Amino acid sequence: MNTILLGATKGMGRALSRLLVERGDSVFLLGLPLEDLERSAADLAARANLDAPPGFAFCDLLDPTTFSPALDAATERLTRIDAVVVTAGLFATQDALEADRELARRLLTANFANTVVFCEEARHRLLEQGGGKLCVFSSVAGERGRKPVVIYGASKGGLSIYLEGLDHKFRSQGLETICVKPGFVKTGMTAGLKPPPFAGEPEAVARQVLKAIDRGTPVVYCPPPWALVMLVIRWLPRFVMRKIGF
Amino acid sequence: MSVPGREIFSEDLEKLTEGAVLSRGLARSYGDSSLPPPSHPEVVSTVLADRILSFDRETGRMRAEAGLSLRELNELFLRDCWFTPVSPGTQFVTLGGMVAADVHGKNHHQDGCFGEHVHSLRLRMASGEIVECSLENEPELFAATIGGMGLTGHILEVEFSLRSIPSPWIWCESTRIRNIDEFMEGLKAAGPDWPYTVGWIDCISKGSKMGRGILQRGRWAEADRAPRRPPGHKRHIAVPFEFPSWALGPWTVRAFNSAYYHRHIPREKKGIVHPESFFYPLDAVLNWNLVYGKHGFTQYQCVLPDTAGPGAARRFLELLTSKGGASFLCVIKDCGPEGRGLLSFPRPGISIALDIPVRPDTQSLVDALNELVIAEGGRIYLAKDSFTRPEHFRAMEPRLDRWMDLRARWDPERRLRSAQSIRLFGDPS
Repeated sequence: MNTILLGATKGMGRALSRLLVERGDSVFLLGLPLEDLERSAADLAARANLDAPPGFAFCDLLDPTTFSPALDAATERLTRIDAVVVTAGLFATQDALEADRELARRLLTANFANTVVFCEEARHRLLEQGGGKLCVFSSVAGERGRKPVVIYGASKGGLSIYLEGLDHKFRSQGLETICVKPGFVKTGMTAGLKPPPFAGEPEAVARQVLKAIDRGTPVVYCPPPWALVMLVIRWLPRFVMRKIGF
Repeated sequence: MSVPGREIFSEDLEKLTEGAVLSRGLARSYGDSSLPPPSHPEVVSTVLADRILSFDRETGRMRAEAGLSLRELNELFLRDCWFTPVSPGTQFVTLGGMVAADVHGKNHHQDGCFGEHVHSLRLRMASGEIVECSLENEPELFAATIGGMGLTGHILEVEFSLRSIPSPWIWCESTRIRNIDEFMEGLKAAGPDWPYTVGWIDCISKGSKMGRGILQRGRWAEADRAPRRPPGHKRHIAVPFEFPSWALGPWTVRAFNSAYYHRHIPREKKGIVHPESFFYPLDAVLNWNLVYGKHGFTQYQCVLPDTAGPGAARRFLELLTSKGGASFLCVIKDCGPEGRGLLSFPRPGISIALDIPVRPDTQSLVDALNELVIAEGGRIYLAKDSFTRPEHFRAMEPRLDRWMDLRARWDPERRLRSAQSIRLFGDPS
C-alpha cells in the first residue's frame, strides 16, 4: 500500500508510519518543518531497512496553498496513492482557547476548515485513480458539546460530520473514509494533562487504526473502551451534561 | 510509594530541555538520581524522542535520539543479529539513561561499560548552548557525561555501535556453587572463555554455605546450533497489587533463596536459552517492585577492588548477614578495567548488588556497608543509591574533584541537578 501521511512526525502518526514501513508499505511524509520530516524519514529507513528513506514535502495545515504542491510531490514519488492519512491538528486547553481569540481562530481553521480543504484535494486525486482510503484523525471531543473541550470539540465535531458525509457520498465510487476518534492517548499533544482511565498508548492505537484502514471501517474509537464511554455520553440528557465536568 | 515532582513530555527534546534542570528516560534507576530538586519539580522525560537518525548495517554504527529504549532496539534489530554492545539487567532503559549511568552488564570483564562503545553525544548545556562532544571534540565533557548522571548536560542524541552477533539465541551453561570462595574462583576461571558471566548468590546462609549460588556463563549461539526462528516475545506476568509490608520477611526470603538454589538440578545445566530470559529475567514480571509493599526497597551495589584481596567479598557478606540484611536477590559479577567515564562505577574487582527492603534501620545498614566498602577501597553505584552520606561518597571517590571542576566550568551555578546531587554534592536545593 502506498500511503501519504500528514503529521506523521509525532504521536499516533509516527507510530502508524512505523507500522506501515515495517510491514513493507511505501510512505510519503507531509508536514513541517523540513528538518523534522527528514529525521522521521531517516528513522523509518533505519527501522525497516529501506534502501532509501521515504520522501517528504513541506505542508502547513495553516496554509492551504501548500496542500496541492505537497500532494503533487507525493504522487510523483509514489506514482499510485492507495491511502491518505491525516493525523495533523492543533490542540489547546479550553482555558487557553478562551483566553486567546487568535489561538482559537487558528485552531478552528487548522482542525476544521483547512483539514476539510486538504481532504478535498486528496479526495479528488483518489477518485481520479478510481478510489482509495482517506483516514482522518478526528476526536471523541467532537461527539458532543462538553465543558472541557468546547472549542476544540467544535472543530473536531465539524470534521467528523464532514467525514461521515464524505463516506456516504463516495463509498460507492471506491473512496473509503475512515474517521478515527481517539479518546485520551498518551502523546506529546496530551502531555501535561492527567491521563483518565482507558488512556491509550500510541503504538496500540496505531495497530487498531491500521486494521481499520485495511478493512475500510468508517468509524474507529480508540482505545476500544471509548466506544462504550461515548455511547453513554451521547445519550446523557442535557441537564446531566450541565452538571458534570466531563 | 509516591515521589515528588512530575514528568514533562514532548517529541521535541531540544525545545523541552530549554531551561530544564533534569532529564530522565524510563526512570529505572533505583535511587533519587532521576528525581528533581524540590524547587523545580519538573523533570524532562525523553521517552517520546525515540527516532533512529542513522544506522549503518555494514559497521553497526547508530545515531539515535536519547529516548530510544533498549526494548525497542532489541525488538527491531535482534532478529537481524544486532545487539547492544553492553546491556544492563533490564531492557526498560533508554540510550540517554544508559550513557548517564554508564551501565555495565554481564560482559563487563571483556567489553567494559556502555560508554566504551559511544562515539559521540549531543548535549543541551546549562547555558542553553548545544554541544556535540566526543573523544576528539570536548573530550573532558564527553568523559564527565559518561556516568555523569545527566548532571553535565541534557543528553539529546547518542551515537554508538551495535554489535553483530552470530545468532539471536544464547548458549548458556550454569553451575551450582557451594560458597563465596568457590564463586570468586568460578567467575575468574570463566572470564577468558565466556563473554557473559554472572552469579546469583544466597546472601542469607552463613558459615560454609555463605555465598552459595548459581554461576551463569553465556555466549551467542553459533548460527548452525541455534533455532532458525527469531526469539519471539516472552510472555510477561504482572504483579497485580502492592503486597503487604510483612510479606517479604526473613522467612519468605530465606525460603526463596533456598528454593532457587536447590531447584538447580543437576549441578550443571547447559543449552540454548531465550536472550530475554538470559539478560532480563526480572522483566518477565511487570511491576515486580510491588512485592516490597508500600515502603518499597532500595538497592545497594558496590565494587570491592582486586587490591582488597580475595577475602573482601566474604567480609562483605559476613557484615551483611550479621546485620540481618536479608536480600531477595543478590547479584555478583567480576568487573574489568575502569572505563572512560569520569564517575563511572565499575573498576577491576568484584561487584555485589542486592535489594534491601526499606525499614527504620536501612540507613544504619547502608552506613555500615559503606564504611566497609571505604575500608576495602571500593565504591558504590550512583544509579542505585538513595541512602549514602556525602562524606562517605567523597571518601570513596577521589575522582569527584576533577568531575566537579569540569562541571563547574560548564555550569557554575549548578543549574542542572537532581535530588541525588543535592544530597551527595551539596547542590542548591
